[in-house]
Amino acid sequence: MTEEKVNLEENDTTTQSGVFLPKIEELVVSSSPHVHDNQTVRKIMLTVLLALVPSCLCGIYFYGINALMVIIYCVVFSVAVEVLWCRIAGKKTDTWKDCSAILTGVLLAMNLSAGIPWWVCLIGAGIGIGIGKQIYGGLGYNPFNPALVARVALLVAFPKLMTTWVPSRFMTENPVYDKIITYAPSAEQLKGKVIPFLSNTCDSITCATPLGVVKELSKSGVHNVSAFDAVSNTPMYWDYFFGNMGGCLGETSVLALLAGGIFLIAMKIIKWHIPVTYIATVAIFSAAIHAANPAITPGPLFHVITGGLFLGAFFMATDMVTSPITKKGMIIFGIGCGIITSLIRIWGNYPEGVSFSILLMNAVVPLIDKFTVTVPFGYKAAEKKVGA
Amino acid sequence: MSNLHHDDHIYFAGGVHPEEGKYLSESKAIQEAPLLDSYTVILNQHIGAPPKLIVKKGDAVKKGQLLAEAGGFVSAPVHSPTSGTVRNIEDCPGPMGVPLLAVVIDSDGKDEWGSSLEPIADWENTSPDDLKKRISDAGLVGMGGAAFPTHVKLSPPPEKKIDHLIFNGAECEPYLTADHRLMLEYPESVVEGCAIIARVLGVKNIYIGIEANKPDAIKVLREKAASFGVNIIALRVRYPQGAEKQLIYAVTGRKVPAGGLPMDAGCVVQNIGTAVAVTEAVKEGKPLFERVTTVTGEPLANPGNWKFRIGTPVSKAIELAGGVKYSPAKVILGGPMMGFAQKNLQVPVMKNTSGILLLSKEQLVQYESYPCIRCGRCVDACPMNIIPGPLSTMIESGEFELAEKNNLMHCIECGSCAYVCPSFRPLVQHFRRGKAEINARKRKMKK
Amino acid sequence: METVLIAFILMTLSGILLGCIIGAAAKFFFVKSDPRIEDVNEMLPGANCGGCGKAGCSDLARAIVAGECVPGSCPVCSLAVVGRIAAYLGVDAGSSVKKAAVVFCGGSNSKARKSVNYNGINDCISASLIAGGPKDCRFGCMGLASCARVCPFNAIEVIDGLACVHSDICTGCGKCIESCPRKLIRLVPETAPFHVYCNSPEKGVEKKKNCDVACIACRKCLKAAGEDQMKIEGFLAQVNYDNMPGADVIEKAACPTSCISSPENHFPGTLKKENAAR
Repeated sequence: MTEEKVNLEENDTTTQSGVFLPKIEELVVSSSPHVHDNQTVRKIMLTVLLALVPSCLCGIYFYGINALMVIIYCVVFSVAVEVLWCRIAGKKTDTWKDCSAILTGVLLAMNLSAGIPWWVCLIGAGIGIGIGKQIYGGLGYNPFNPALVARVALLVAFPKLMTTWVPSRFMTENPVYDKIITYAPSAEQLKGKVIPFLSNTCDSITCATPLGVVKELSKSGVHNVSAFDAVSNTPMYWDYFFGNMGGCLGETSVLALLAGGIFLIAMKIIKWHIPVTYIATVAIFSAAIHAANPAITPGPLFHVITGGLFLGAFFMATDMVTSPITKKGMIIFGIGCGIITSLIRIWGNYPEGVSFSILLMNAVVPLIDKFTVTVPFGYKAAEKKVGA
Repeated sequence: MSNLHHDDHIYFAGGVHPEEGKYLSESKAIQEAPLLDSYTVILNQHIGAPPKLIVKKGDAVKKGQLLAEAGGFVSAPVHSPTSGTVRNIEDCPGPMGVPLLAVVIDSDGKDEWGSSLEPIADWENTSPDDLKKRISDAGLVGMGGAAFPTHVKLSPPPEKKIDHLIFNGAECEPYLTADHRLMLEYPESVVEGCAIIARVLGVKNIYIGIEANKPDAIKVLREKAASFGVNIIALRVRYPQGAEKQLIYAVTGRKVPAGGLPMDAGCVVQNIGTAVAVTEAVKEGKPLFERVTTVTGEPLANPGNWKFRIGTPVSKAIELAGGVKYSPAKVILGGPMMGFAQKNLQVPVMKNTSGILLLSKEQLVQYESYPCIRCGRCVDACPMNIIPGPLSTMIESGEFELAEKNNLMHCIECGSCAYVCPSFRPLVQHFRRGKAEINARKRKMKK
Repeated sequence: METVLIAFILMTLSGILLGCIIGAAAKFFFVKSDPRIEDVNEMLPGANCGGCGKAGCSDLARAIVAGECVPGSCPVCSLAVVGRIAAYLGVDAGSSVKKAAVVFCGGSNSKARKSVNYNGINDCISASLIAGGPKDCRFGCMGLASCARVCPFNAIEVIDGLACVHSDICTGCGKCIESCPRKLIRLVPETAPFHVYCNSPEKGVEKKKNCDVACIACRKCLKAAGEDQMKIEGFLAQVNYDNMPGADVIEKAACPTSCISSPENHFPGTLKKENAAR
């Protein structure tokens, strides 16, 4: 016993037989259970961040150093706003350590174009953390996904900036995309070449997103299948799948997002219900419209792998705080998101509807939760008995 | 654990699998605890009416002698754990922090037998009513935790048809090994007790449900069980497999209706420890004055399983287990999932004390009042299929009616939700608080 | 330009139309109400504390005007305000002794034994469910500030693990009484010179183990006070608030455990806003 002494000395808790008894003053009383599986909010957030790493790397690979800068700006500003807000509000200032602000920052960055200036990141972080989260009382109380609140606010406030997209570094090499890339006179020489990783050509070379092209075609009244073919053909689909297109820096690579999403489902951080129903609903909806009249919109595959659907389905709609808590609720939520996204994409004014649809569905989550309260174990049997 | 063979095919939804910690004591044989100088026998050890005291200060008592008789139908008598004199009748610290009336007995060291119960050797030809009377006279209560008087469970109202008798050998609580050792060392008593209870109820379908992590106990019991017509079922290792409703579901596939009792599903559930106590009460005429309890935990020098007389103070039990190597952060009566943290080590062992568990500082769960992030882990873990996280928020903001509508009263306080909560919310405490408030309001309404 | 004009005209027209509808509705569906209710409501404190037993100040105003209650029913109003209401309505003011809440416990963290550490919900009722509460005494204040949180006037402050009522801020609304699982808070006349700050009915020996300032029922105070001015109930001395002893009893009794104290000495200092309930 002497070898294993840790903090015991001879004192009144020693019995006559020389064994040590617990010291009462070191005991803690609390409610059961007295053990825990050691999962923490911080670990959950870090796991989600880990799942976002492939998409971040893809973004940096395709859009160059600017993408990395946007991510860093967003994360730093988000954490700064969180700490500042908590300090001014007189709350504990260590809430950023749960990593939720970092996650919001990364998600916000993934929703921005790689060419966005730093001050837009700052405003976005301020809106996301401040108005999206802290104003409601912080993590756990926010009804809307903070990153999406920021994105939508920025989209409304700076429509031009937020819809100016940077092409992937490799798109300029491929003449197929010449029609949708615009070169400023100073950048003409890069045509047909890969944009260097470190170069800053965001202002001089811009492009349209596939969804943007389709929306322009629809708006201008060009309703024919061959016009859509310019952006929806098989070799292009492969580019979309890997992320070699214009768009937000985190949303383009379906492959990376899928890897991260499957990782999250495997780690039991999120459930499959929201992403699968969301993506399936978009696919079915667009397939139905496409089948009815191919001139209205391209096929389901186009809708599924372009735009921010995968980012939204796996990382934004599954945000724990702002999505339903039961599986039934999640399915309703996913279907709702899918329908609203498709409606906005096909008939709305905006080319992309993922952010709006998720925010709209966030608003009805309390209602969904109210109507999807689970039936307790053995409850049905009791009802039957009363009836019989 | 998944490679352990289990033969139940119906799983309850939810549940968790905490670290078992049983290795500390599962290989330690049951030891007889030495006689102490004094015992503090709490009178009200069961659910129901308090028993009526029949001894007074200064009385001489013998081992097994009646100290207090049952104070009603739902009540149980209490017997002396040894021979000696009644030193005093006074309040002693209870396991819930509320003092309880207890008889303090000074042992005379002779340990003389003085039970008025005659052994019934030929129980197979004794009438069920006589057997039931014996079970009631011996002061038997459910030894798994709830301490419900056994004879009450064996007296179902005539309109309830009981066709399944299930014995709970799951011992799903981590760390506890008392039932495991009982099954290993007293397999005859276990199955015989099952058969006696089955005779009382007139039931043919007898099952013992054992979690598959006790293959040795399953093997030993299978050898003994056949002659008594008892079926042994290896159950999936999942907490709370031993909870009444979940056990019935796993064994029979029946769901106990919400708010109902096992008898509403045609079942009676008894603990393994109760089965052994029944055998002893019938065949030896021995009232319930001792029980097997696990004393375990990392801080203990020598964890193990002991047969303690009822009334042994927790401090003596810890002393018997070699004392502590370093000061623990928690002393718990019961298991880590549902046990009660103690602030006084003079609390005595009671009829339902299945374990005394010490936890170190490293194992301590620090509950915080962080907000619920609605991650849904509690929903997955809840074996009763309710939604613990948002429910606790409702109670926190005082919306008790809303909480009741959201199935608060179905909670069995198993602790699975708080076990997985990443925000470290004291969910079970919230639910106890909510239930207490709702029950208080209901009582007020009745008045 | 044309569109702007159309929109402008449309909006103006619909505005005028809706305005007319509202005006008509206000005329047709007018409910006549006693204007005195509004006036009495103005005079009441407007804290909606519920101390009078009504649903709020306007409900009490209605009841006073209807004659169901006397103006003195409001425990919060000063006598002057009660008199004003009575004069306005021409009714009897009704008697009202100004009462204040008192927490009958002196067991602060430094005085009462707290052998174990409590970890859980920061709420007294919840804490009382865990091993009988954090402190060793089962009858004393747990210091988790449930009462301070329900007080609408921020009159309760928890100092050193003990809830104290600032009698100058306390209006005697009685909201805190329900929030205390130990039933420690009672409303007593504000003019009482001293209180026995203990609530434990246990024997003196037992109490002394748990707390330095427990009443040990030594009866010194009973002897010092006049006939029937103090009483002992179950090892606990109590002030008879219907026949209050004088302030000199504190000196004369020389309570051996300092359990008897005037409200000022029991709780020195003034209200620190940051310490008061959030």
